Parts: sequence; structure tokens; C-alpha cells
Amino acid sequence: MLKQTEGSHAVAEAVALCRPEVICAYPISPQTHIVEGLGELVKSGELQNCEYTNVESEFAAMSVAIGSSAAGARTYTATASQGLLFMAEAVYNASGLGLPIVMTVANRAIGAPINIWNDHTDTMSQRDCGWIQIFAETNQEAADLHIQAFKLAEELSLPVMVCMDGFILTHAYEQVDMPSQEQVDAFLPPYSPRQSLDPAAPVSIGAMVGPEAFSEVRYLAHAKQMQALDLIPKISAEFKEIFGRDSGGLVRSYLCDDAETIVVALGSVIGTIKDTVDEMRAEGHKIGVLGIHSFRPFPAEAIRKALSKAKHVVVLEKSIAIGVGGVVASNVRLALDGIDSRIYCVVAGLGGRNILRTSLHRVFRQAEAGELEALHFLDLDWDVVNRELERERTQRRSGPIAENILRDVSAVRSSSVG
Amino acid sequence: MSYEPIKFYQTGTFTIGNRLLAPEQRTGQADMGRTNSLNSGHRACQGCGEALGARYAIDAVMRATGNQMIACNATGCLEVFSTPYPETSWQIPWIHSLFGNAAAVATGVAAAMKVKGKKDVRVIAQGGDGGTTDIGFGCLSGMFERNDDVLYICYDNQAYMNTGVQRSSATPPAARTATTMPVGPEPGNAWGQGKNVPQIAMAHGIPYVATATVADLHDLEAKVKRAMEFRGARYIHIFVPCPLGWGAASHDTIRLARLAKETGLFPVYSAEYGEVVSVSKIRQKQPVEDYLRPQRRFAHLFGKNPNVEVIARFQEMADRNIRKFGLLDDNK
Amino acid sequence: MENKQIDKPFAITLDVGSSLANKTGSWRTFRPVYLQRIPPCNNQCPAGENIQGWLFHAESGNYREAWKTLTADNPMPGVMGRVCYHTCESACNRGQLDSAVGINSVERFLGDEALKQNWQFDKPVKESGKKVLVVGAGPSGLSAAYHLRRMGHQVTIQEAGPVAGGMMRFGIPKYRLPREVLDGEIQRIVNLGVDLKLNSKVKDIQETMKAGGYDAVFLAVGAHIGKRTDIPACEGSRILDAAAVLRSMEGEDKPMLGRRVAIYGGGNTAMDVARTAKRLGAEEVVVIYRRTRDKMPAHDFEVEEALQEGVLMKWLSTIKGMESGVITVEKVALEEDGALSPTGEFETLEADSLILALGQDVELSLLENVPGMEIKNGVVHVNQHMMTGAPGIFAGGDMVPSDRTVTVAIGHGKKAARHIDAWLNGGEYVKPAKHEVATFDKLNTWYYTDAPKTVRPMLDIIRRQSTFEEVQGGLDENNALFEARRCLSCGNCFECDNCYGVCPDNAVIKLGPGKKFEFNYDYCKGCGICVEECPCGAIKMVPEQI
Ligand SMILES: Cc1cc2nc3c(=O)[nH]c(=O)nc-3n(C[C@H](O)[C@H](O)[C@H](O)COP(=O)(O)OP(=O)(O)OC[C@H]3O[C@@H](n4cnc5c(N)ncnc54)[C@H](O)[C@@H]3O)c2cc1C
Ligand SMILES: Cc1ncc(C[n+]2csc(CCOP(=O)(O)OP(=O)(O)O)c2C)c(N)n1
Ligand code: SF4
Ligand code: SF4
Ligand SMILES: [Mg+2]
Repeated sequence: MLKQTEGSHAVAEAVALCRPEVICAYPISPQTHIVEGLGELVKSGELQNCEYTNVESEFAAMSVAIGSSAAGARTYTATASQGLLFMAEAVYNASGLGLPIVMTVANRAIGAPINIWNDHTDTMSQRDCGWIQIFAETNQEAADLHIQAFKLAEELSLPVMVCMDGFILTHAYEQVDMPSQEQVDAFLPPYSPRQSLDPAAPVSIGAMVGPEAFSEVRYLAHAKQMQALDLIPKISAEFKEIFGRDSGGLVRSYLCDDAETIVVALGSVIGTIKDTVDEMRAEGHKIGVLGIHSFRPFPAEAIRKALSKAKHVVVLEKSIAIGVGGVVASNVRLALDGIDSRIYCVVAGLGGRNILRTSLHRVFRQAEAGELEALHFLDLDWDVVNRELERERTQRRSGPIAENILRDVSAVRSSSVG
Repeated sequence: MSYEPIKFYQTGTFTIGNRLLAPEQRTGQADMGRTNSLNSGHRACQGCGEALGARYAIDAVMRATGNQMIACNATGCLEVFSTPYPETSWQIPWIHSLFGNAAAVATGVAAAMKVKGKKDVRVIAQGGDGGTTDIGFGCLSGMFERNDDVLYICYDNQAYMNTGVQRSSATPPAARTATTMPVGPEPGNAWGQGKNVPQIAMAHGIPYVATATVADLHDLEAKVKRAMEFRGARYIHIFVPCPLGWGAASHDTIRLARLAKETGLFPVYSAEYGEVVSVSKIRQKQPVEDYLRPQRRFAHLFGKNPNVEVIARFQEMADRNIRKFGLLDDNK
Repeated sequence: MENKQIDKPFAITLDVGSSLANKTGSWRTFRPVYLQRIPPCNNQCPAGENIQGWLFHAESGNYREAWKTLTADNPMPGVMGRVCYHTCESACNRGQLDSAVGINSVERFLGDEALKQNWQFDKPVKESGKKVLVVGAGPSGLSAAYHLRRMGHQVTIQEAGPVAGGMMRFGIPKYRLPREVLDGEIQRIVNLGVDLKLNSKVKDIQETMKAGGYDAVFLAVGAHIGKRTDIPACEGSRILDAAAVLRSMEGEDKPMLGRRVAIYGGGNTAMDVARTAKRLGAEEVVVIYRRTRDKMPAHDFEVEEALQEGVLMKWLSTIKGMESGVITVEKVALEEDGALSPTGEFETLEADSLILALGQDVELSLLENVPGMEIKNGVVHVNQHMMTGAPGIFAGGDMVPSDRTVTVAIGHGKKAARHIDAWLNGGEYVKPAKHEVATFDKLNTWYYTDAPKTVRPMLDIIRRQSTFEEVQGGLDENNALFEARRCLSCGNCFECDNCYGVCPDNAVIKLGPGKKFEFNYDYCKGCGICVEECPCGAIKMVPEQI
């Protein structure tokens, strides 16, 4: 059923259709509307047989989720940014214990300086935590991915993080084709846990493992994610059969067949890039887009295949691994090891900075021409940066960088912080 | 008293069993068919009070629930000594997640049981004093405040033992730990106001809060049983001496627990909905020195020049407890 | 289930109870072992009673078993519970806690219960075919006869007197030992198949042995000849001997003592005779003794009871003479070194009779000409096997050097029986190695309830002064049970389950009611908590052989 609705709400409804049994809620922008929506559904009785728990922190949210999942309940929670970091210890624990929790991360920057707006730094910080991380391009896909996520998680006994851009998706009103309960039920079987806490068949879960077996445990975790590389496309295909839509999968390419330049990206920015690419195609540029929808496991094979013919690869990403450069770009570089193509990393949209089509045109053309630096910061205000660097060079104690810059640009963009 | 003590018959209810009492008047631990929830082969130190307290408490929960229970364990000695791969000592469904989240994990398990309609399966969370009064305190308080249907059991050995005896907020003043060395003008742990978690638990108004020691099993079991009669958040704080961390003889574990109670340093009581409903009276009042002296963590208070001031402060502490909780019978 | 096992995540999830594979017993440097220490009461009891052992059964109300355990050592609990000076109670550890266990009163309760229920001893399972003669049916002889008979020997007692009992009958007054009790307990021994021959004094032991074809003999003739002292006395002064006076109490004609009676001596016999005189109607009974009250050999309670009954005492006095109903007494002074010195101060007192209670000598004529028999200071010398210098002739009780009490006599009887039995079998009785004593410091008294001793009822004073009714009453069942349950079970497991409960490693195996416990050394780490928390000191740590 087509519906004009807020992204968060669409996700809430999709999650509800998956019949979660335990939901842990804790507020943080821009995720809040999702759990609020679910709360409403539970209170109103639309979502039945569900324990909705208001916890006292994200750490508790994930911990409660660990408990309920280990006890055999289908479990969901959502967070973002600081919240994800606050629960980090439990995030690793959930995957270590092999618990199929599904969590939405409404991607948001990480402070300091505190910033509520979108980028991918939060989930990128957890890229090695053992969770499956899948990224939504649109609100439709965000809704669909949650339905697939439960199936994926439960088949593998691994937690899945569904990443969707904060505000850009969570707060956007768009048309979404909401699946029916029958469809979801046909797609997603009831949760049958691999192991659970049960007085009838007691086990000890969460043993201490020493050097004698730890490597094996870790290797098995890796092997499991490798299995997901097969399972994700399979589930996406099954999904299409029932729901009639392409959603999810490892990667999806757009106009890549003859492309000499391919832009690689994750999340909602793919839409903007596609628009730019359309415009450039109209002008005769051989350019295409490769959207990565599963960041963990990292579909190196699929990416290598999709990019093998491109002369220029632009990885546009909303995160930066400080001290190295792009997070995604480094991964893509590894996937393309031995292939003779130039790889550029464009860091864009940090902390909610608008990614303008004009700017994209500029960097894509530079890339085509081989003129882009290997690491480029889109629309960086060099005046501000250089002034600050200069100040630091001359004064030993120049004060907090963020404040200085703010003083320089003399504009506080937003006074609301979440 | 949390139970009706039997005063006669040789040892009355002071001992674990006593063949002169009817079986139901003996403790559960006297039963040949007790569950031994924490089985032999665990790697706790010789004479570990925590291992003992855990078996006492969990066996009692098993009895109270007809073995329908699940336990969530915080990181700490109890977890490490019970479940090093490839062996576990537990005979119950048990999960260890992290150091600071046992209460929350239990909330999750309880939620799962509720949603699955398994009302008879009861949930326990347990951890050391560090995992309870420090790092897990947020989760604990959250669990209390929501009144989740969980019994939380804290095994208080008064320091972070598993990591090598560091100070926790449950470490007594003047005590030597690896992070409060007995040197300088104020040796050992600082004299703060302490962090009285049972009292804080009571302030949450939860249905049941109790303290207990491994030296009075009848009391401990009665408290666990009582706790299981309630739904909602419950808290039992069990005093468990640690021979290693306290520098005490391994055979003195129970004796020290008894002395902690008999001196008044560790008041043993229970409270329902924030109000004290029972107090275990001191039977043979002892000076605090008798408790402090056998422990090397207090050795710097004795020796050639005993630190009489500090010892006196301990005595004040004990006397304050005695007044506050009415630990002495009026006629004593 | 099988499926589930395969499905379990590697290493992170473990099967329950798998730690049993980890044998933590290897950590141990000391191991706990159960042991039985001798309770101080048992250790003290001259009759070698397993007091704690019989109290254990009494505690659970199993009086029959308690009585059986008791009578395995001492066949006369009814008598014992009345006349024994119960030194066990002075040794009792509970005395250091509140007051000693009323062992003696529980013993009496058991004795009385057995008479009430008419419990009998088990007959011997096998006859040995050996014949043993016992001379004298006092406590020692009866005890020996009882034990020898239970060992399967054919036993004959020859007793000079018309009734059995020895000093229990002819010494100890009725008001302390009712004769029904004595008769009942003697009869029970006879019922075992002991041949008791009354009025048959043995005059020459060698002859009697030969005539009867006895393989061994136990002599227990006691000490009956009253000691005399040199008191210048004129005609008409009635000077009697305590033993004779008390003996005559058993006959038809009660002794005529008069209105004013003086007794010379400070022992228990003096007290018994004084209290008897009082009951016979004497108005004034005075005990004259040369030392002070605390030096009196009589037990304090007997002195106390005599005083309560109106007996007067004259301490630091010696009798110089008696003339026409007047006794002359000299005051003596007690020197610092304990010696007595005459003061030259005299006084007189009137008395219708003077009874000498100065102790008794043994009549040894039956032993004349026995080769090897060694007699020193009027008593027969025996070796540690209770055998005299004459092979096959054993002796015990008052006639051998030792304390003269019923309890000692009974103990001698038992001990002699064991040695006689061994001797008859051509061997030697080897006493089992003695365990260490369960001294107070071995106990963890925290565990015992606070329960003061039950006091036995006493007959009211008027009746005590005029009748021979028993002075001290017994305990009723409730009190006896309570009293038994005050026992700390020193040194002997009483199944309180403490060790089973307090082991942090579940390394104590409970074997079931009555079967006690066992250590599981596979898991015992040797922490020693069980030892520390055992209330009664029935476990100890011993170094591990490494
Ligand atoms: C007045 C009095 C009160 C006492 N009170 C107590 C008391 O309260 N508690 C206590 O423990 N002790 C008491 N005693 C001591 C106790 O009675 C004796 O120590 C004990 O009876 C000694 O036992 P026995 O078997 O050695 O000798 P006896 O009891 O003296 O028995 C010896 C027996 O041998 C018989 N006999 C002697 N010669 C011959 C022979 N040639 N042939 C055959 N038979 C012979 C005698 O007739 C007698 O029956 C008391 C003693 C007296 C005198
Ligand atoms: C987040 C975190 N911080 C620190 C630790 C290290 N750590 C593990 S156990 C422990 C001490 C546990 O002390 P306590 O809770 O008192 O239990 P005990 O070992 O004394 O029984 C510490 C500090 C950890 N595992 N996780
Ligand atoms: S360190 Fe203390 S708490 Fe830990 S196992 Fe040893 S005795 Fe037990
Ligand atoms: S307490 Fe019992 S075992 Fe111990 S000395 Fe007294 S009677 Fe004997
Ligand atoms: Mg601790």
C-alpha cells in the first residue's frame, strides 16, 4: 500500500510488521521518531505481543536486547551517533554471542564537537564489530531492509545494523509502498533461535575463551560474515519475488556498463549522485554509480567485478578515518588490488554539510580528467582551515579548534543539538 | 529475623542441617538432592566466599522456582572461575555478557519470558560489588526504577578481585587494595561516606531488598525464598569474604562473615517497599578489632603501634549501625 | 537435543556441569579428614562409658538405642544415675559455655526408662565353654560378670551376703538409691544367665577354684572392715562403726543410735551415716572432722545436703575420748603448710553414740597362701591387665588400689572382663589406640544454642529429714530430651550438615542419615572451612604427602 509518510515512521511500521517481541527504546536524534512510532504501535495495540522497554541508556538498550535475544525473543532497537558509541561494548558482545538483534542506526556525526546531523562516522566506527551493516538508499529501501534484516540475522545468528541517513531519510516525507502483514509473514518465518536460555535445556552462554581457542572463534565469526555474502543476494531475490522490488543486495550499479568513471557511495547520497550522473550522461560523460548496500560483510568480489573496467573510481563517503583518509575508499582500494584504475576518495557531507550537485559535477569531472587529489574534502573552506593552521603554528595554545573556526565563519548554523 | 529461629535442639537453626529438626526446618543445602547449581571443578580460590554464596543463593532460587530460572552474570571472579572454556560449572541456563550490564541483560531475559508467556521462569542477575555498585550501577538503578521482574544478587567481597584486588565503592575505609596502598599519612582506602547500595535500592521503593552473609544460611535462604514471592525488582546483597583479596586464611571465610555481622559492621536486614521489616540481631557482640585483625588488608592498623584512632572510627561505624538498625536486643 | 548440541556456538556456549572434568583436588596441600576425638566426658568416665555416644541416641528420642549404647559399658545406669559422682560433668566442655550437660540425670532417666519398659540385655550369641568365678556381688563383681557373660563365658558369682549389691546396698542409703532400682538392675544381669550364689563366702580361693573347675577368677570383695582409731573410752560409751551402722539399716532391726549422735570423719560415709541418723529420729547429729570444710573428702553437694537437713558440723576438731555419753574434743589449728597442730583447747559435747566413719579395710583371708599374690597397704596389687600376681586370678574394685567408687568398681569389672576374656583365649587384650581428646578449643561453639542446664527436682526438706524417700528426683522425658540435646557431641560428628553445606567446592558427600559424610578429594581444594565450621571438632587438616 502506497503511503506518504516520514522515513522513521515507515521504518517503525516495517519493523512492526516483523513482529518483534522485545523493543528497547532510548532517545537520540535523529533516531527518536522510530522508537516513538513503535511505542505508539505497541500502546495502541496495533503491535501485539511485544515488550516495549524504556531503558536508561543505549548501553542498557543493547544489553536488554542481548538478554531478550538470548532468551529467544525477536529483538529490535535503534540508535545513532553518541548512542552507538555509548553501547559499543555491548554491540561487540551481541555479535560475539551470535545474537540476531536488528538495530537501526540513523547515521549521525560524532562529537566533539557535538553535532546532530548526518554523516556515517558512527557506523563506520563499528565497522569491525562483527555486525552485518547494510545501508539504505531511500526510505522505501530502509523499510524493506528491516524486513530482510530480521531474516538475515536469524538465519545466520548474527546481529544486523540497518544504516539510514539521519534527517535526510529519517525525517523526510516520501511515498513508501508499505508491505502487508501477509507478505511479511510469508517472507519472514517465526524466530527459531540457534540457542536460547531455557531451563529445560540449560547451557552456559558467554564463556571466557583463552588463547587456545580465541583465534578459531574469531575466524568463525569472519567465516559467518562470508556466508552472508551469499545469503544477502539470495534474500534480496526472495524479497523481490514476494514484494516485487529490488531492495538490498550487496551492491547495485547504475549506468556502469560502459562507464569509465564510477562513483562509489553508500546511503541516500546515491540519489544525488545518480541525478548528477544523469546530467553528466546527458552531456556524454561515461560515468556511472555503484551503490554499496552491504558494507559488512564487505562485498569485495562484487565491487571488484563492478569496477574492473572503470578507469576512474571516485569513492564518495560521509566519513573520515582521521589520520588515514576514507574508510570506504581504503576498503575499495583493497578490493581493487592489482587493477589498474585510479581511485579517489572524496570526503563529503560531514556533520550534515550539504552535498551540492554543482560540487559533485566539479569533482567528478576532475576525476575523469585525472586531476583530483587522492583524498579530497568536498567544499572545504580552505580560508578557515589555513587561518587556523597558521594560528596554531604561531601560538602554542590557540584554543579549541572548533570554537575558533566558528568564530571565523561567524555563523552558528544550528542552535539545536540532540 | 527473616525466619523463625529454632532455639533448642543442640544447634537449633544455627547449623546447615541438624538431624533433630524436621527436614523442612533444615536449610536447602542440607538436602542430599540439592541442585549444586554451581558445580565442583570451578576455579575459585580455596575458601572463596563468593563461590559459596553463589551456590547458596542460586540453589535457593532453584528450590523456590522448581528449577525454572535463568541467571545473567556480570564479569568478575564468579564468571571467570565458573566458565573458562571448555568447562562450565553451572547447571542452570546462564549467560554472561559484560561487566556492567547484568541487570539490563536480565531485564531483557525477563521481557522475553513475559512476551513468551513463560511466567514461571524467573530471572536472576548477579555480579560482584564492582559490577554492582560501580560499573553496573546505572543498569541496576534502571532495572529497579522500571521495577523489572528480576532478582539482582550482589556478591560483595569489597573490591575488584578478579583484576587483582583494586578498590571499589564497596571497599571499606582504611583497607589496603592494589590501588589504595597502606602508605602515606592516610594509609589504605579513604574515609568516604561509602556507597550503601542496599539503602539506595530501598530508596527505589522496590518490593524487596535484603542483606545477608554466607555465615547465616537459614537467613540467606529465607531471604531468597521471600524475594521469589514478589514480582518486580528485588535486590539481595550478600557479604562474601575473599581470602585472597583480604589476606585472610582460607578457612576463615565464614568466621569473618559472622564477625562482620556480630560486630555490627555489616547490618543484616530486609526491607519491603522501602521499609525495613526484619533485622538479624547481634547474638554475641564482638569488638571490631576481632574482625579487622585477622585480615592482612588491615594489618597496617595493628602491629607495633596500633592505629587506635582508625580502629575507634570503625567501632563508631559499627555502633552507628547498631543504633540505626537496632541490632542489639534491648535486654543485651 | 542432539541437534542442539551440534548447533551450539563453538567455545562461547558450554554444556552444563562440564567442569567436573577439572579435578581441583590437585591444588590441595592439606586435606581434611574426619576423625573421632574422645569427648572429655568419655575420657573422664571411670566406667569408660561412651557418654557422647549414648547421648547421641537420646537426643533423637531413641532411648532404647541410647540405653543399649550405655549398657555396652555399664550395666547399671539406674544406679549410676543416682550414686555416680559424675566427674564427667566436671570435664564436660559445655561447662565452659554455660553449665555442664546433666549427663548423670539423663543416665538416670535412661536407667529408669529401661526398668519401666523392662528392657533386657541381649544374650550372648555363642558360648565359649569357659568357666569364670566372680567373688563378690558388689558393683565390680556384677560388672565383670555381666561383661564376661556377654562374651559367652559361663559365670558364677559367689557372694558372702544374703543379697547382692555390696556397698550399693549395705553402704549407700535408700534415700539416695531406692532398692527397687538396685534390685531391678541386678536381676537383669542375673537374667543374662549369670549364676548368682548367695550366702556363699569364699574362704580359700585356690580351693574354690579347683572345686568349681574355674578357668579364671575375678575377685571383688570390696572393703568392709571399718577402720578404728584409738579413742580412750569407758564403759557405757557407745562407739559404732559407720559401715556396720549402714549395713544394719538393711536388716530387720534398725540400729539404736539415741537422741544425740556424733560422727567422726569427713568423708561421704560420714555424711551418709549422719543423714541416716537424722532420718532415724536423732535430734542432734554432729559431724566432727579434724580439718576444714573445704578439706572434707565428702563431696560438696553431700555436705550441703546434710547441712540443709540439719546436720551440724564441727571442723578443726579431734576426739580425745568418750566417757559416759560425753565426748572430749580438742581444737586443732591448721598451719600454713597444711599440717595440723593441737591447740590444747578442749571442749565437750554430749552424745548417745559415736559413729566412726574413718574408712574401711579389705578382708583378705581368702587369699592366704596364694602364690604370687602381692598385698601392699592392705590392698591387692594388680598389673595393668587387672591380674594379680597369681595367674588367672584378677581383682578389682575397692580391694585394689584406686578411688573407691561404684563407678571405678564397674570400670574395673569391665576392664578385667576384657583381660580375662583375652587371657582365656590365650591372648592379650590390646586396647585400641586412644584418640586425642576433643578439648574445648577444638569446638566452634557459635553453633550451639543457648540452653542452660535443667535442674533436677529435690524432695522437700521436711520429708528429707524424716523419711528414706529418694531425695533427688529424676527428669521427665521432656527435660531429659532437652538435657541430652545440650550435648555438644564433642569430637564426634552429629550430622549437623555444616561441612556438607559450607564447602565452596561441593567436595563433601553426604551419605545419608546415620551414615555421615565423606570427602570427595577430587575436588576438595583444602581450604579448611569445614574444619573451622565443624561445631564439634570432628574434622582435622593433615598435610598432604607431596
Ligand atoms: C556409705 C558409703 C557410701 C558410698 N556412696 C557412694 C556413692 O554415692 N557413689 C559411689 O560411687 N561410691 C560410693 N561408695 C563407695 C562404693 O560403694 C564402693 O566403692 C563400691 O561399692 C566398691 O565396689 P566393690 O564391688 O569393689 O565392693 P563392694 O561393693 O564392697 O562389694 C563387695 C562384695 O563382696 C562380698 N564379699 C566380700 N568378701 C567376700 C567373700 N570372701 N566371698 C564372697 N563374697 C564376698 C561382699 O559381701 C560384697 O557384697 C560408698 C561407700 C560407702 C561405704
Ligand atoms: C568494562 C570493563 N571494565 C573493566 C573490566 C575489568 N574487570 C573485569 S572483572 C573486574 C573486577 C570485578 O570486580 P567485582 O565486580 O567486585 O567482582 P569480583 O571479581 O570481586 O567478584 C574488572 C575490573 C571489564 N571486564 N570490563
Ligand atoms: S579472588 Fe576472591 S572472589 Fe575471586 S575467586 Fe578468589 S577468593 Fe573468590
Ligand atoms: S558436651 Fe556432650 S560430649 Fe561434650 S563433654 Fe559434655 S556431655 Fe560429653
Ligand atoms: Mg568484588
